[in-house]
Amino acid sequence: MTQYLMSVYYVEGEPYPDPDVIAEIYRDVDTLNEKMKAGGVWVFGGGLHTPDTATVVRQVDGETLITDGPFPEAKEQIGGFWIIDAADLDGALAWAAEATVACRAPVEVRPFQDEPEV
Amino acid sequence: MDPAGVEAVFREEHGRAIAILVRRFGDIDLAEEAVQEAFLEALKRWPTQGPPPSPAGWIVTTARNRAIDRMRREALRTQRQLEAVRLHEEEDLVWHEIGDDRLRLVFTCCHPALSPEAQVALTLRLIGGLTTTEIAKAFLTKETTMAQRLVRAKRKIKAANIPYRVPGASEMPERLRPVLRVVYLVFNEGFLATTGVDLVRDDLASEGIRLARILATLMPDEPEVLGLLALVLLTQARRPARTDEHGRLVRLGDQDRTLWDQGLIAEGHDLVRRCLRRGAPGPYQIQAAVAAVHTDAPSATDTDWSQIVALYDQLAQIDRSPVVALNRAIAVGELEGPESALAALDLLDLRGYHLFHAARGDLLARLGRRTEATEAFDTALRLTENRAEQDYLTARIRSLG
Repeated sequence: MTQYLMSVYYVEGEPYPDPDVIAEIYRDVDTLNEKMKAGGVWVFGGGLHTPDTATVVRQVDGETLITDGPFPEAKEQIGGFWIIDAADLDGALAWAAEATVACRAPVEVRPFQDEPEV
Repeated sequence: MDPAGVEAVFREEHGRAIAILVRRFGDIDLAEEAVQEAFLEALKRWPTQGPPPSPAGWIVTTARNRAIDRMRREALRTQRQLEAVRLHEEEDLVWHEIGDDRLRLVFTCCHPALSPEAQVALTLRLIGGLTTTEIAKAFLTKETTMAQRLVRAKRKIKAANIPYRVPGASEMPERLRPVLRVVYLVFNEGFLATTGVDLVRDDLASEGIRLARILATLMPDEPEVLGLLALVLLTQARRPARTDEHGRLVRLGDQDRTLWDQGLIAEGHDLVRRCLRRGAPGPYQIQAAVAAVHTDAPSATDTDWSQIVALYDQLAQIDRSPVVALNRAIAVGELEGPESALAALDLLDLRGYHLFHAARGDLLARLGRRTEATEAFDTALRLTENRAEQDYLTARIRSLG
């Protein structure tokens, strides 16, 4: 078993989908969440507010510095994510294939590091 | 047995040995290091003591022991590896290739989550048993670059948990595609070297054929796998006539067909018939059928161009790439004359492809439009880095005066 982060990306500045499409996306994502939970795959997941609501915190010269806005300067930003448990990458990619359809957006799949064995 | 002989045995047995060890230990690096240590051991022993009765069995047993030693030493004990050690003590059966070991490894190497360059490098390394140095040389890449590419790919396999298994029937067509592409690319890079002095890099072409044969042994029921093997054999069959004694390119129409390898042609034709009977045509089978029509003709003028055009029509249905359309247009030129071929050609978006301009130049020359033909050959010349092709194009330009 490996844990994967599935990040949903969108491109900032591209036109927002129509409200009825957004309603459909919400519905499809809910259905997918239920399917993941029933399959014992779902660990956590959720949608995020837009990047302009983000705040970055960092340590500079021993002081905590707080700045407005998202950290990556790229125009591709995370809109939401899942953490799933899958047997292997093929299993994770199959869920990502459903996720990209549900979200109408590209999905990046990335493995978590193993927890050190005790 | 001399060191070169030892090396040949290891290259032949590499894929099998690695695959068995990966199945048992679940770790490609460990398997590779163990097989490498077995190789060094063999280099010490075989030249003086002679090879063991079963070199293949010896390699797996020695590599297994080395891997277990290493694990004990480094206390690398994941559950799976511990189980492997336990099995080692209990039974011997698991250390033979069972069913699909090598095939599983092929699908891991060619997993779509790996970059195409990494797929090629991993397949040549793990299945083909080539060294990193050899792979780097074959692709005219710096050795450090190739080594990094391999390390990165293996790290991703491990971290992302890319599985070691043969895909199910429903995924098979999609997962087979990169496997076939990797093998064809290895062959083609050897056959039609994109850069360098030699038109053909024989080692890499032979390696592509060897990989295609392995695939055909592992997947005898996949028509496209047989089609791929037929295609590379029928292409390679024409190899002795493809360059002259000075290494210059000889076009298909001008080749001395008595030089063609009749053994490879017979084998290729047999394969084409076998896969056509299955009634599931795919791009490799169709291209193999085209190659079969060419190799069926005792002379260039006897070529059944109408059949070739029909096959390219069929191919264009599946593969809409302009390169297929270019080949179709060239075949039309043979069937209906250069004028209709030129008309078909000028509809294609292939300005960056040297063979497009070479084909155009040839058609224009046949129509007596010498100035335009020279221009087309000039453009082709600027776009290829292969010395033999450059020489051929220069000669064509010169002959147009």
